[in-house]
Amino acid sequence: MGLEDIEIPVLTTTLEKAVQWARRSSIWPVTFGLACCAIEMMSMSASRYDIARFGAEVFRGSPRQSDLMIVAGRLSRKMAPALRRIYDQMPEPKWVISMGACASVGGVFDNYAIVQGVDQVVPVDVFVPGCPPRPESLIFGLVQLQKKIKGQRLSSR
Amino acid sequence: MDVATIVERLKAALPGVEPEIGSATDQPTIIVPADRTVEVLTVLRDVPGLQFTFLSDLTAVDWWPGEPRFEVVYHLVSFEQTSRLRLKARVSGATPHIQTVSGLWPAANWLEREVWDLFGIVFDGHPDLRRLLTPDDWEGHPLRKDYPVQVSEPVTVLEPLELSEAQFRESLRADRQARGGDPPQGS
Repeated sequence: MGLEDIEIPVLTTTLEKAVQWARRSSIWPVTFGLACCAIEMMSMSASRYDIARFGAEVFRGSPRQSDLMIVAGRLSRKMAPALRRIYDQMPEPKWVISMGACASVGGVFDNYAIVQGVDQVVPVDVFVPGCPPRPESLIFGLVQLQKKIKGQRLSSR
Repeated sequence: MDVATIVERLKAALPGVEPEIGSATDQPTIIVPADRTVEVLTVLRDVPGLQFTFLSDLTAVDWWPGEPRFEVVYHLVSFEQTSRLRLKARVSGATPHIQTVSGLWPAANWLEREVWDLFGIVFDGHPDLRRLLTPDDWEGHPLRKDYPVQVSEPVTVLEPLELSEAQFRESLRADRQARGGDPPQGS
């Protein structure tokens, strides 16, 4: 975006803070539940652990309308091009949370079919360990992402 | 139905075949020669008294290093006779191939594709024998016993699609045509 062209520090700082707040308080994920972690992701978005109170109000069906991709579950080699395609279709700024052991490092599946970590395919911002991670754990990961966005300079995105 | 009844009715309908009775205790199991499978399965499916009309599963076993190496396994269910049957056919490992049954059961189409993909057994007469579970350019048949468990190959991803507007509009037009046109506005 063109805001990094504005050089005046004071204006940029205040603007930066405002933009960061807006971005981190309304992170809308795209539905990318692949396997069992998707169940925990669903329960995180349900009423008990409600992710909407952190700003992730709705899981967008289309990547074009979302900011965050939570890769929830095993990524197989056959699915990898589709994952990359969905990631490429998301507009900037975008972030990726790798949820669970399988998405982070391949989990228990060290074999020919499963990609050993989705960071081989998309750049990941937050890794959430667990098999599956409890909803509170995933919410912690989301809050960590929000802290990361708080610290991001505008020009880096 | 127990296995003796099934074999009796099968031999009555198809006299030339001598099915061997398998040693499994959970289901009636018979073993037939690999070149007679289509005839036997047709009889099992169609003859009243057998009527195994439901193909529940089609899979294979790799007995490497024993010969014959592969065993193609058909699981059949008869609703009329309330019975299950497991039919096995042994296939040698050198150039494994067997007749397709996708003409008898449409479900066998993808089941045989899966067996081809994972074991490398060719199904003669199959309309569309290509990989199902592994990526299209994968080499090797993963469920064979001599295939490594851990494979460290780089992941292939496709490049982002770069289309010109003309190409995009053309593909939209082709899609619209393929689905028979859009309904008129306002309906």
